Amino acid sequence: MSHDWPLWEVFIRSRGGLGHKHVGSVHAPDSELAVRHARDIYTRRLEGISIWVMRSSDIVASDPEQAGPMFEPAESKVYRHPTFYDIPEIVKHI
Amino acid sequence: MSPSLPTIQPEDEARADQVRGGSYHAPEAVDWHPALFDYLLRLGDESLILGQRLTEWCGHAPTLEIDLSLANIGLDLIGQATLFLNLAGEVENAGRDGDKLAFHRDVLAFRNCLLVEQPNGDFAQTIARQFLFSTYQLALFEGLVASSEPRVAEIAAKAVKEVQYHAELSADWVIRLGDGTDESRRRMIEGLDWFWRFVDEMFEMDALEQELAAAGIAVDRTRLRRDFDVRVQQVLREATLPLPEYPRAITGGRTGHHSEHLGHLLATMQFLPRTYPDAVW
Repeated sequence: MSHDWPLWEVFIRSRGGLGHKHVGSVHAPDSELAVRHARDIYTRRLEGISIWVMRSSDIVASDPEQAGPMFEPAESKVYRHPTFYDIPEIVKHI
Repeated sequence: MSPSLPTIQPEDEARADQVRGGSYHAPEAVDWHPALFDYLLRLGDESLILGQRLTEWCGHAPTLEIDLSLANIGLDLIGQATLFLNLAGEVENAGRDGDKLAFHRDVLAFRNCLLVEQPNGDFAQTIARQFLFSTYQLALFEGLVASSEPRVAEIAAKAVKEVQYHAELSADWVIRLGDGTDESRRRMIEGLDWFWRFVDEMFEMDALEQELAAAGIAVDRTRLRRDFDVRVQQVLREATLPLPEYPRAITGGRTGHHSEHLGHLLATMQFLPRTYPDAVW
């Protein structure tokens, strides 16, 4: 039966102030039941306070074949890391 | 005469007469414990038996997701049963705890309504039973939150949120199966038909509960019926399902007159603790 149901990606917000994080997927006939299934599977141990679901087929992903041109150019740009200046002692939280 | 065998002496009888016919201003002390014990068994047993029924789906549900949904509901119900039966043991004050009451009682001593002991059937039949039961139990616990017995009110307050979810989830499935394919619709109608005759019993009051309700401890079940009917009609309408007439009700579970299904369920549930009474986790 489940192969007739679309797949939904599940995102959980674990605490207020944090973003929703991808935790897995569920099969469900529609979005409402996808939220219920996500609740029953991924929040049984108090993992979250908010759930998002979306159709897996609606995700637009980068092409793994294009990983080279997509990601490698960033490898040689160490100056993009904010590590080339001293932080004054007085600044506690950064 | 052995002091361990109490006998009624003429002076005891005379005193009892005086109390019964006593002054209007002398309040008679009522010992609620025996009635409360029975009431707690009724509350605990219906959660326990339905929880046990739902565990039968474990590993057999139509999908992995539904398997977990049903197991979650079952665990919630067994949690409620633990609280109610432990309290029943406290009230009885005879050295029995929740486990003892759950696993070492015979079928005739169970006080659950008949609906919860009925077999699972197919998924639609299980959903029909869950929808009818959770809709009733939600109304019941919403009432028990205001019980004058604080320990009962406390359990109801914890359980009411769980049951709200059970009622919503099962209603969602009634709507989807009823308004689904020809086959799911046929099965949903058959599932509801199976359980329809057990609905009235859930709202039945007897002398024991009337007394407890008058004392503010129990809920008057007859007052829950209107909300229940409204909700059931609303969901069936959305599910495009016909509303069957209520047939002549079958009742008696709360006084120990059970269907043949309960004995089989208990045999499975009680086998291990009865065979190995000292077994621990």
